[in-house]
Amino acid sequence: MSTTTPAAAAVDERLLRTSPLRRVLGRPELGAVVGAVAVLVFFALAADSFLTGAGLSTVLYAASTIGIMAVPVALLMIGGEFDLSAGVLVTSSALVSSMFSYQTTANVWVGVGVSLLVTLAVGAFNGFMLTRTKLPSFIITLGTYLMLIGMNLGFTKLISDTVSTRTIADMDGFSQAKAVFASTLTVGGINFKITILWWLLLIAVASWILLRTRVGNWIFAVGGNETAARAVGVPVAATKTGLYMGVALAAWISGQHLLFSYDVVQSGEGVGNELIYIIAAVIGGCLITGGYGSAVGSAVGALIFGMTSKGIVFAEWNPDWFKFFLGAMLLLATLLNHWVRKRAEATK
Amino acid sequence: MTTATEPTAEWTPGAAPLVELEGVSKYYGNVRALEGVSLQARAGEITCVLGDNGAGKSTLIKIISGLHGHDAGSFRIAGEETRLAGPREALDRGIATVYQDLAVVPLMPVWRNFFLGSEPVKGRGPFRRMDVDLMRRTARAELLRMGIDLRDVDQPIGTLSGGERQCVAIARAVYFGAKVLVLDEPTAALGVKQSGVVLKYVAAARDAGLAVVFITHNPHHAHLVGDRFVLLKRGTMAGHHTRDRITLDELTRQMAGGDELEDLRHELERAEPPAPGGPQAVEGEDEERPRP
Repeated sequence: MSTTTPAAAAVDERLLRTSPLRRVLGRPELGAVVGAVAVLVFFALAADSFLTGAGLSTVLYAASTIGIMAVPVALLMIGGEFDLSAGVLVTSSALVSSMFSYQTTANVWVGVGVSLLVTLAVGAFNGFMLTRTKLPSFIITLGTYLMLIGMNLGFTKLISDTVSTRTIADMDGFSQAKAVFASTLTVGGINFKITILWWLLLIAVASWILLRTRVGNWIFAVGGNETAARAVGVPVAATKTGLYMGVALAAWISGQHLLFSYDVVQSGEGVGNELIYIIAAVIGGCLITGGYGSAVGSAVGALIFGMTSKGIVFAEWNPDWFKFFLGAMLLLATLLNHWVRKRAEATK
Repeated sequence: MTTATEPTAEWTPGAAPLVELEGVSKYYGNVRALEGVSLQARAGEITCVLGDNGAGKSTLIKIISGLHGHDAGSFRIAGEETRLAGPREALDRGIATVYQDLAVVPLMPVWRNFFLGSEPVKGRGPFRRMDVDLMRRTARAELLRMGIDLRDVDQPIGTLSGGERQCVAIARAVYFGAKVLVLDEPTAALGVKQSGVVLKYVAAARDAGLAVVFITHNPHHAHLVGDRFVLLKRGTMAGHHTRDRITLDELTRQMAGGDELEDLRHELERAEPPAPGGPQAVEGEDEERPRP
């Protein structure tokens, strides 16, 4: 039945393979970048104050607070897992830091250090439970999520008798820690929060790990085909546990920012944020089933989140519509990703 | 010092086979999975293991690749009596197994897949990184050596055809120093044309000096490339032939169980032949479709 010569068929295949359009379509960030540009143009037209220095700084700050967490959550998702406890872990981290400092009346850096250890331990616990029990990460981290909410409230009431911590603003090292985690930098007359730097640092480190190290190769592999990864000798359990500890590390940074911005912590905060991190990662092109995505994509996802949440305020609209918008973006991004994956996985 | 039996790194004709099974048996509880099977795999030769479903092919692979130990008989690697502790030891001793469900990650680029689990690194401390250039170059060169000319090693391995993926897996095993290549039904899920491609690479691996154990239930594919044929039937050896002693027809007949096939033919012939024109319509549907 074949009427084409082999040579013609070979040329045909080559053309398909190297089509620049297909190459661009293959990038995980594509949907997010298109979406981000659209949102930027939209709000630039709808709100006058959006494209000013102050407006930009507000948007970037909102994006960075989500983005710091979205980066490791994206890595985890590429590794094929979820972390529903990520949002409340931020609060836990801030609470541990604050209450340990207050109770021991030591330098706040002691509390900050203890908080790092405790937060990393929670991440390690998630990873350990996942790799040992082989239960879905959705269930494991849902359990951690609920336990952390309970402990946040329970311990705070037990120790402070209220739902928030006591202020630690007058303690040794507070101003130092504030400078590291919650200061404001002025560049060219515009105030930028330091979280933007933390965010950029995390994006750079995560991209480096993902694209240029062995561990990055393993992250893609455990998410893309765990059995195959194990068969060729990839340390699957260690990779996944490491990813959870990465989320914990970012939760610690985020938690310290929370604490040193306001010097007190509300113990009920953080609930629901875990979904926003996941949304940012998915809008940024991470496949919910794992094996595909990028750290930069999650950053673009976070940027869309920042532009939308603040843009609606600048345009003086009813902020109730924000969630609707976010949901629509999520659906569109997922559809696009699904389509991209089908193309990538299609066998001739 | 001048005798031919002096052990050398180079394989010489008459030296011990790289893998040799003699009267190997395997029991799962009271189930006799394999009984008295003998097999030789020599460098530069393809040993085909043929058998129908349930003949014991998988059990044989598992013994050679170190997943299971044998219960009786003798298993020698390069003439040395051996009992493998696991797949890792088999790999370390140069026995690589390419399974039917390939160990590749579809969404990852070809070069990342090629080196997965054994990535070369350069640099120190926090700047310790994969040697991406080397990886790309090597993956491309190794595939080219096997006859696969990829213009873009960045394409996800899932975009390759089943046959090409099989070839990448074979090329990977060869690159990482396999001396014995065990292929588990590499052509089972492939069309005619792709099977041909894979068989070519099996032959290329043989020419590179590997001992190939090629497990299949397709006597046509086996006869095209095989030097030795081991026939398995219900866990026992039904025959052992060398290439010059057996024809394709005879191999097919023996594999299908000879007389059983004759009976089947007679049974089928009793049915009325279908009206002309009917079955021909589906011919050529296979995979040879002209591309637009």
